Amino acid sequence: MADTSYKDITILGLWKNNPALVQLLGLCPLLAMTGSVVNAIGMSVATTFVLVTSNIDVSLIRNVVSDAVRLPAFVMIIAAAVTAIQLLMQAFTYDLYTVLGVFLPLITTNCVILGRADAFACKNNVFASAYDGLMMGLGFSIVMFLLGFFRELFGTGTVFADMHLLFGPIAQNWTWEVFKDYPQFLYIILPPGAFIFTGFMIAIKNIIDNHFEEIQKAQKAQEPKEDRRVRITGTIS
Amino acid sequence: MALLKVTSPHAHGPRSTGGVMQQVILATIPGVAALTYFFGFGILINMLWAIITALACEAAVLKLRKRPIGFYLKDYSAVVTAVLLAIALPPYAPWWLIVLAVAFAILIAKHLYGGMGYNPFNPAMVAYVVMLVSLPVQMTQWAAPISTDVGSFIGPVDALLNSLGLINAIDGHTMATPLDVLKQNNTLMMDQLWQENTQFGLFAGKGWEIANLGFLIGGLYLLWRKIFTWHAPVSMLATLALLTLITYDGGSSNSGGSPLFHLFSGATMLGAFFIVTDPVTSTVSNRGRIVYGVCIGILVYIIRVWGSYPDAIAFAVLLMNFAAPFIDHYTKPTTYGYGKQS
Repeated sequence: MADTSYKDITILGLWKNNPALVQLLGLCPLLAMTGSVVNAIGMSVATTFVLVTSNIDVSLIRNVVSDAVRLPAFVMIIAAAVTAIQLLMQAFTYDLYTVLGVFLPLITTNCVILGRADAFACKNNVFASAYDGLMMGLGFSIVMFLLGFFRELFGTGTVFADMHLLFGPIAQNWTWEVFKDYPQFLYIILPPGAFIFTGFMIAIKNIIDNHFEEIQKAQKAQEPKEDRRVRITGTIS
Repeated sequence: MALLKVTSPHAHGPRSTGGVMQQVILATIPGVAALTYFFGFGILINMLWAIITALACEAAVLKLRKRPIGFYLKDYSAVVTAVLLAIALPPYAPWWLIVLAVAFAILIAKHLYGGMGYNPFNPAMVAYVVMLVSLPVQMTQWAAPISTDVGSFIGPVDALLNSLGLINAIDGHTMATPLDVLKQNNTLMMDQLWQENTQFGLFAGKGWEIANLGFLIGGLYLLWRKIFTWHAPVSMLATLALLTLITYDGGSSNSGGSPLFHLFSGATMLGAFFIVTDPVTSTVSNRGRIVYGVCIGILVYIIRVWGSYPDAIAFAVLLMNFAAPFIDHYTKPTTYGYGKQS
């Protein structure tokens, strides 16, 4: 594991081992906090921050903490990082902090973070761990953003509403009304909509994967076969 | 000479799924006729949209799933879902609401769970609840029945134009349903409600009582044709009647209406004979069906009287669909020759 290249980490985090679509970890915030784009962005920024900092810290202490107590130690580190981001959001984006509510402290229990700490950060050096945290966080954030975008679009007919909660007064007029006179479709904003949209996103990802696999197979079949030599001497054990 | 090895069961029913479903559609006619007479042509227009959408969705999803399209379309199950949904939805809902609801029923509630025979929840009721939760404004607009002070008969052309959103045929002709009135007023006496609100008829709502009677006749026809057994519908209706009989004090609206009122209001009869008896989503054994029906009756009463929605058939049926496998587990009939214990 120690010699994993940065390119591999990127591909794993963003696509092949995407925390939301492949590992299906951290579903609680993924489903609960993607009713609108602003919630999704706020939540994914917080999660990515915690992922990076906790990965760095875990990587730093990886040779000091014994195997037996590693999980409690990781949880302590994660909880500290979550408290930090919670206080930061309370200070700078108070309205969003109140909207996100209990899901902010719940990042502590997000399986993505503990999973990366245990699977990657405690076996790799600081820079690789930080980069892994960033890529996993980005993979999670992209899915969160897309979910938030489509759920807000089909749920309310607008996108980017209330962006001033995150970006201040400049974002006051960022609301983009896509459909005029759209009746609010509550089902999509409520959790069942999140389940259905996540399911469709996983399905689309699998279709794309299958498509590329088939292309690869077709290419392999076209390649001229290497001439084989039949071994005729020696003994077969 | 060919010797075919035939195993049991040796008795074959002459009926196909398609035949059963055709009978069900046929049995809705009296109820639908009554609804059309009292509420105008909206319901028929809805049915048209619903059947077209259901067939299109069914064919499309069968093609995607690489299943034989003609074979599954001929079992009429999509049409039954469409017809029941069109009856349940408000008669003057816009066309897109009908299309959306039917598409949801067929695509998500039926085929994403495995298609005909595999769906754990009644597709029509799932779609109805999704619409009710999502679009409360459109879903609670009921036309007033004719023979009330604001009711007027809406013809086929007006109904079609209304469905397309070109005119508003029910502007000024809407009314709260009797169950709604009862829910909103819990300090008046029953007699006062009857005097002040013209939508109350002989013993339940005007129009509603006759429509329910129509569905009762259709249900009895299906029972006579042995499409389903009596267990689930009768136990559901009996439970609802018993609970209302116990709590009804004869006068105050707080006590929730008379047994006759509840049996002939809202979707009671439609639910009892056309929804509760769904062979896929209900229980299997006769004993299980009684438990299933009783529980639905209790839930209908609870939600109607103490819940926040005026009618409750859809919620009660969906909740009990959840529980159906569990009931099946505990009401398994003992195999002949085996003891009581499993």
